[in-house]
Amino acid sequence: MSSRIPFSYIWRNLVTRKLTTLLTAGGMALVVFVYATVLMLEAGLEQTLVATGSADNVTVIRKGSQTEVQSAVDRTQAAIIESNRHVASGRDGSKLIAKEQVVLISLNKRGTVKPGNVVIRGTSSVGLTLRPQVQLSQGRMFRPGSAEVIAGRAIAERFHGAGVGETLRFGQREWLVVGVFDAGKTGFNSEIWADGELMMQSFRRPVFSAATFKLAESHQFDALVKELEADPRLTVEAKRETQFYADQSRVMAMFISYLGVTLSVIFSLGAVIGAMITMYAAVASRVGEVGTLRAIGFNRRAVMLAFLVESLLLSLLGGVVGLLLASGMQFFTISTMNWQTFSELAFSFSLTPGIVAKALVFSLVMGLLGGFLPAARAARLNIVDALRAG
Amino acid sequence: MFTFLIKSAFLNAWRHRLRAVLTVTGLVVAILAFGLLKTIVSAWYAGADAASDARLIMRSSVSLVFSLPISYKDRIRQVDGVDAVSWANWFGGVYLDERNFFPQFAVSNGYLDQYPEFLISEAEKKAWLVDRRGGVAGRKLANRYGWKVGDVIPIKGTIFSGNWSFVLRAIYDGREANTDENQFYFHWDYLNESMKKVSPRRADRAGVFIITIDKPENAAAISGVIDAEFRNSLAETLTETEKAFQLGFVAMTEAIVVAIEIVSYVVILIIMAVMANTMAMAARERVSEYATLKALGFLPSYIATLIVLESLLLCAVGAAIGVALTYPLAEVFGSFFESFLPVFNVADTTPWLQLLSAVMIALIAALIPAVRSARVRIVDGLRSIG
Amino acid sequence: MAAVSLQSVSKCYYRGGHPIPVLADITFDVQRGDFLALMGPSGSGKSTLLNLIAGIDRPSAGQILVDGVDIAKLSERELARWRAGHVGFIFQFYNLMPVLTAFENVELPLMLTKLSRRERRQHAETALAMVGLSDRITHYPSELSGGQQQRVAIARALVTDPSLIVADEPTGDLDKVSATEVLSLLDQLNCELGKTIIMVTHDVRAAEVAHAMLHLDKGELFALESNGNTRSLKAENA
Repeated sequence: MSSRIPFSYIWRNLVTRKLTTLLTAGGMALVVFVYATVLMLEAGLEQTLVATGSADNVTVIRKGSQTEVQSAVDRTQAAIIESNRHVASGRDGSKLIAKEQVVLISLNKRGTVKPGNVVIRGTSSVGLTLRPQVQLSQGRMFRPGSAEVIAGRAIAERFHGAGVGETLRFGQREWLVVGVFDAGKTGFNSEIWADGELMMQSFRRPVFSAATFKLAESHQFDALVKELEADPRLTVEAKRETQFYADQSRVMAMFISYLGVTLSVIFSLGAVIGAMITMYAAVASRVGEVGTLRAIGFNRRAVMLAFLVESLLLSLLGGVVGLLLASGMQFFTISTMNWQTFSELAFSFSLTPGIVAKALVFSLVMGLLGGFLPAARAARLNIVDALRAG
Repeated sequence: MFTFLIKSAFLNAWRHRLRAVLTVTGLVVAILAFGLLKTIVSAWYAGADAASDARLIMRSSVSLVFSLPISYKDRIRQVDGVDAVSWANWFGGVYLDERNFFPQFAVSNGYLDQYPEFLISEAEKKAWLVDRRGGVAGRKLANRYGWKVGDVIPIKGTIFSGNWSFVLRAIYDGREANTDENQFYFHWDYLNESMKKVSPRRADRAGVFIITIDKPENAAAISGVIDAEFRNSLAETLTETEKAFQLGFVAMTEAIVVAIEIVSYVVILIIMAVMANTMAMAARERVSEYATLKALGFLPSYIATLIVLESLLLCAVGAAIGVALTYPLAEVFGSFFESFLPVFNVADTTPWLQLLSAVMIALIAALIPAVRSARVRIVDGLRSIG
Repeated sequence: MAAVSLQSVSKCYYRGGHPIPVLADITFDVQRGDFLALMGPSGSGKSTLLNLIAGIDRPSAGQILVDGVDIAKLSERELARWRAGHVGFIFQFYNLMPVLTAFENVELPLMLTKLSRRERRQHAETALAMVGLSDRITHYPSELSGGQQQRVAIARALVTDPSLIVADEPTGDLDKVSATEVLSLLDQLNCELGKTIIMVTHDVRAAEVAHAMLHLDKGELFALESNGNTRSLKAENA
């Protein structure tokens, strides 16, 4: 025997009390919005980092340096690494290794006088080859040895002097922007690329910051690491390029995650209380109906289920609206300083199916928690008393 | 009449005990969350607030990541209005585990003198000056890891690689509530000695210069003179007040601070929805009572006032508890976030903002129910069975 | 076998720890097809007696046999199931679900059965036709008059074809015309369909439609003689 109170009874009661339903669902929608937005921020950050770099590439920095900016790899060590058999070779026989200088400079944002730290990567055409996710969208690549640069999309848009045809001044020189590249969602979009050798001269730094190369065979990574560590001439550490960039935003990711979860839990308390108030009122106003339903023969469990489902419907409504609002955040990008690398990082909000599921489950849980006690109260009503009160 | 109104409002609110308790609880949670978020925002600006107007920070104009030649110190000292010069290098090492983050600086001997808000006993300061491996730590930092004067502190370098160890010779206390007690200092000379041996190219360099001037009003002028002194040299400089320097950092993570501010107002919106719901329900239940009152001769404004007062009462209780709880909760929170936000104090404006929000919530939530109930037609109201 | 048989049924309420006796040692039978009116002053316990027979309340002592089943011994769950199949309810204030249409209200008890949707539809439409409301089945209670709402309630009470129908002041909230309509409907159910009806009422008119009248006073049951005297049923069965 199904013994279930019809669904039309449940949802029509929500429709009858429009104002209450809207207000309660509205509160929940806001909570789900905050929750989903934080998750989307985390996902956007991860996407930017994970997409940055390829698993087949290895980045080598000085041992213990953590970031390219802090690291230094001199020419000798770079040459030793280049000669390693695990470094892949290109079609023309030359090794696919980019020895790069990474420097942070302060540039002014467009439209304000606020500065931001921007990464300048001194590289060569190999650097472009190693990173197929980077594509020139405007103009051309800089000529080797010349004071020309190409700018990542996020930098060209946001910073003074970083568009095609404009000039930037750093390292006591003027550099002409001859192209803009699009690196999808990766962190490279927040960089400016220049000729490595010329940069080393301009900044009077005769050492590289890091070396990135393609593995001849991807599964040889562990063997490579062993060889590098065993070599007494080298004081370096190697990571897969993807891992390298992921590690660089760990602190930021953690902070967002902790803050987000804390906020969502606190806010959800408010929403659950709102749901409780609404459901208690719903039960109180329908005591007579509950008595009648029980008299007709619906048992306590059916009554409890009916009110629980009502609460779940309410919270689901809030969850859907909250998700819709959150999905609108996808049009925005966040640009902030990464605490670990000190450099500008631009990333956006990313809505994944996993987040949709989590947000909906979250709203259902809120509905369950808020509706549980009131539903239990409805179930516990004594038939005769309920009929009399109604 | 007024006390009668208040009493009625109170009794009405209390009639539905469970609902009143739930509503007040929701308000407490919301006001508390609001206060905490505001405190996080003010903690973000704490460094800038604590900064002195009489200190200038000079760094490379290209970027903070570039160092300056140590020889600059003499030329700075010669500028009019400069009282004292010291320098510091960001060390950025790892203490035991990457998660134990705190700022570490290699500083010149005169540095501590330029920070009168760091209170150190003379004996300890002398002990530090004498020991070339000596270290100074803030009280909060020392307490966090249980350090005592005399302990050896091992730090693994990242920018300056190698395993370094220092001996804690002094612990400083902050003079003000917003003084950062989370810092660790050691001798620049010790760092420089090592650099001369290991990596001479990086020796004799300073990260920033700290310049104390005679009068804060001269800050802009003196900064201009100093920067002009070094223009067109190998390392051009940017000199600004310490406050501007700190604000520069805040500006870089502005997006996050703005987001937190926005979220703090979202929580107010959430509880406003809950409150409006409560008041709407309460008003709907009592339609026949309001109609009766009107039939007896009470004016519509009386009805509206009743509802508004009830709303204000609930919000006042919720706000009072929420504000009171903000302080102890901020303490707990602060201890969790200590390494990120070393100064975590509830600003003076925060409780006022909280109260103001509560009043706004009360008024907006009561608006529609008050207007509707005041307008109810007597005959309709009497007919309804509540 | 009697349709309803009460054996030494008592009911006590507890208010703040003190027992308040409402019904004392009631024993009587109702035969199949009877149409009984239960009358008495306010607070005499007639609604309580009705509730006990309908299975929505439990006696403090005694047996209540309905069609041979002692419902006082059933568990709550079994009682709910029993009610669904064996009793039809009619209340003074109709007790319809405001958010359901007339048709859906009548269909409600059928949700507790295993009938298919089509079968449910047939039964509900039949019941509504029986009370003469086929043209109003999509209306909500708020769109119906008091009399019409009570007729929907009667259709709901009929729809599972129970043998027993209990009615608590069915005309209490109705005007004279509607009351007459409802009462003649009840009479019809009794005569044409053979339903056993036990009705609590203040309304003398209603009592006249019934076959027999029972009087409750201070927890004791009296039968009304044709000569106007009351006869204690307790003494009879003692």
